[in-house]
Amino acid sequence: MRVDHKQILRFAQDDGGGVQFNKPTPGTARPYHFPRFTRTTLSNGLRVIVAPVRDLPLVTLHAFVDAGATHDPRGQEGVALLTAALMGEGTLAHDGAALADRFERLGTTLEVGADWDSAALEVTGLSERFEAFVALLSEVLRTPAFAEREVARLRGERLAELLEQRAEPRGLADDMFARFAYAEGARYGMPAGGNEASVGALTRDAFVAFHAARYTPSTTTLIIAGDIDADAALCAVVAQLGDWSAQPTTTADGRAPDAPSTVARGIDLIVKPDAPQSELRVGHVAIARGNPAWLRVHVMNAILGGLFSSRINLNLREKNAYTYGAFSSVDARRHAGCFEVSTAVQSDVTAPALREIFAEITGITQGEVSADELSLATAYLEGVFPIRFETTSAVAGALANLVIFGLADDYYDTYRASVRGMTTADVLAGARTLLRPAELRIVVVGDPAQVREALAGLELGPVREWDPTGAPATDRMKSE
Amino acid sequence: MRIPIDSYVLSNGLRVTLSEDHRAPIVAVNLWYHVGSANEREGRTGFAHLFEHMLFQGSEHVGANEHFELVQRAGGTLNGSTWLERTNYYETVPSHHLETALWLEADRMGRLLPAMTQEKLDTQRSVVQNERRWSVDNQPYGTWWEKLPALCFPASHPFHHSLIGSFADLDAASLEDIAGFFSTYYTPDNAVLTIAGDFEAAEARALVEKHFGSIARGGGRPALPDMSLPATFGTWLRETVEDDVMVPRLFLASRSPAFGTEAYYAASLCAAVLGLRRGSRLRRALVREQEVASAVSVSTWDLAKGADLFVVDATARPGVTAEQLEAAVAVELDRVVADGVREDEVSRAVALLETDMVLALQSAGDRADKLSMHATLFGEPERVNGELERYRGVTAAQVTAFARERLGPDNRASLMYVPKRGEG
Repeated sequence: MRVDHKQILRFAQDDGGGVQFNKPTPGTARPYHFPRFTRTTLSNGLRVIVAPVRDLPLVTLHAFVDAGATHDPRGQEGVALLTAALMGEGTLAHDGAALADRFERLGTTLEVGADWDSAALEVTGLSERFEAFVALLSEVLRTPAFAEREVARLRGERLAELLEQRAEPRGLADDMFARFAYAEGARYGMPAGGNEASVGALTRDAFVAFHAARYTPSTTTLIIAGDIDADAALCAVVAQLGDWSAQPTTTADGRAPDAPSTVARGIDLIVKPDAPQSELRVGHVAIARGNPAWLRVHVMNAILGGLFSSRINLNLREKNAYTYGAFSSVDARRHAGCFEVSTAVQSDVTAPALREIFAEITGITQGEVSADELSLATAYLEGVFPIRFETTSAVAGALANLVIFGLADDYYDTYRASVRGMTTADVLAGARTLLRPAELRIVVVGDPAQVREALAGLELGPVREWDPTGAPATDRMKSE
Repeated sequence: MRIPIDSYVLSNGLRVTLSEDHRAPIVAVNLWYHVGSANEREGRTGFAHLFEHMLFQGSEHVGANEHFELVQRAGGTLNGSTWLERTNYYETVPSHHLETALWLEADRMGRLLPAMTQEKLDTQRSVVQNERRWSVDNQPYGTWWEKLPALCFPASHPFHHSLIGSFADLDAASLEDIAGFFSTYYTPDNAVLTIAGDFEAAEARALVEKHFGSIARGGGRPALPDMSLPATFGTWLRETVEDDVMVPRLFLASRSPAFGTEAYYAASLCAAVLGLRRGSRLRRALVREQEVASAVSVSTWDLAKGADLFVVDATARPGVTAEQLEAAVAVELDRVVADGVREDEVSRAVALLETDMVLALQSAGDRADKLSMHATLFGEPERVNGELERYRGVTAAQVTAFARERLGPDNRASLMYVPKRGEG
């Protein structure tokens, strides 16, 4: 049914007159270059990258350290992330409260964190305070205190986070998916922040040792992006960090973090009684960021589930209205992250939604995408490129990725041409490189009473039920 | 830091703000319609937001889902959002696609209804109901967004009811409602258009006139009821919610001065002193020293009519009871009421806010949104350039006076979430 046209006539009196109703033709694209940058290595091995961006009086200092979660010693999973967090909680000269105060009186906050591949410490603030930022950041990198009190508090906060997550379906689904996608014992299968057992066992000694082993000049890169002169920036860095000396040692046991699960396919159902929606994760171990097929895979994923107008979102949201949104992603890591479809659907359509997801994944491996689908993805990725780098923090993050993933220095200069050169055959090749429909893992966080039977009917393997701690669900839970 | 501002009004009442700069070859187009959930009629909670979804379903010359597709094909980003007092729509595109963005916005402002169908409405109704399940019903503490205003505003007040809406009210929404809401509120004289970034002023003015100039003025929006409220609740309001959560979480709200008033800036600084970042009072006391909370923050909702909300949000550490959590928050509020704030606490807060304001200028989309906000709520986009001075002009004595007047036990509303029996 359509609304009576008369109702809108007064809004369009000038129809056909001076008004242009047809889609406008774009003008000529204005040039854009990713910011120029210079690389220097100090005599102690510290790498420094400076990218002057002089638009606003701002500067970002982004130090990243080869001290991510893949370096966790076995049995100490979580030590890398907590070490990074503890770096912000006090130095030998300033306790945690005093340190926070020093940054905040300069109008900034020290952001600390770690992921699988690196730890990062970042400060963004007014560029006139640059030298003070370098001095503080240097103090944090070189002399963290790891005070017993802060160790106990942050360990407790991580355990609280793990407890809270049992009732939070999105984070729970993500963690459970990783657990079932990777082989038992593979580091990527456990949360980067560790679990109750590993975190609960971490002592101050573990953090002190991890810091000594991994936070060294030759494992650290300092990126400076913003309203700063490259020579002045380098002088300030040399003054604070030029005499930093420490040698890295190995902490992890060298086992591959990304071994895929070999358990027969099935549906892993995490029990959340009375849930009005099912959180779904479907996917499998993918490829490493450094794989030459990455760009093909990335463009393919944009078409499959990366964009709003992707096949999966248009199907599940705009056609079937099963969900508020459905997306797929390929996690960029040094080792193989996961390809993963993520969505939350109302409980009564859990099985049909999974069927549609399977059909879309299978479909894109079976034939070339249309020229229209390809051009939407490539035009988007090419056009959005300058919008991705509006902030000094984004520029610094992009430069960090060059180093972390070993990309060429001209990667961002050639990126748009590489995207533009993609063909529908490349996309199909990307799909066939990445996707193995027979090996897709399925995780559902939902209400067994509403979904168990329908899931079994999908004939995708046995439905295995788990409680939110990851233990096999008890009969009491199952009967709820 | 001042951003350039050139504002004018079309003959149909559309207020236009241009902010030209050529740092990067990108441009942001941002429209605010002065309508939000506060304008919904009884029995139609959630309608303003459902309507926002319908604006992405095409218009006379734009197909279903084509709005998203055309902006993304241009290399742009886009979205929309609904709040109590306004709804906004925005895209950032490479600058040579400015006209496409303006054309898309003009087509749906001027000619939405020919594209509206029952099928599209039914689909978006289900999408929105799934959005509700996702963000409210199936999220720990997710109902706080609707329970807190319900607790803090009287039932007759336009801010009282749910923004996302009830299932029943969403089910009741019809195409007639769409047509009525559109002709009442989606008119050029009830909207503000901002363009920020890489464009030439003369060209932009011509494009705005070309695409928006012929859209007819509306019949005037119905007045909202009187939204003024007493300065305080007059008592300590309380509600306890049993939820599928593992630990207690408290949302403690106080009625505070409306957004944009002189008194608002003292309230906003007080929120920063108490709850912005690690060095704030509540973070220090509750998270670092007492270890009763794993997270705490303080913010204002920035409501420009009648009264604003000043909200403390604190999550208990496992083992800490709801009573202990509330008592710990109350001690800090009592302390700021009794002893006030220090100059150095205010200067820390101003330093952080200053950097945040400069950071927000980096993004063309953020600049455009701020300009639209000031133009819509106060009729003065130029206010953007005075914000930092307004904060700098606030003294510690004024922040203390705010705390004394507004943070006492007679002006607190505790919305406490606790684990359902058998959990936590």
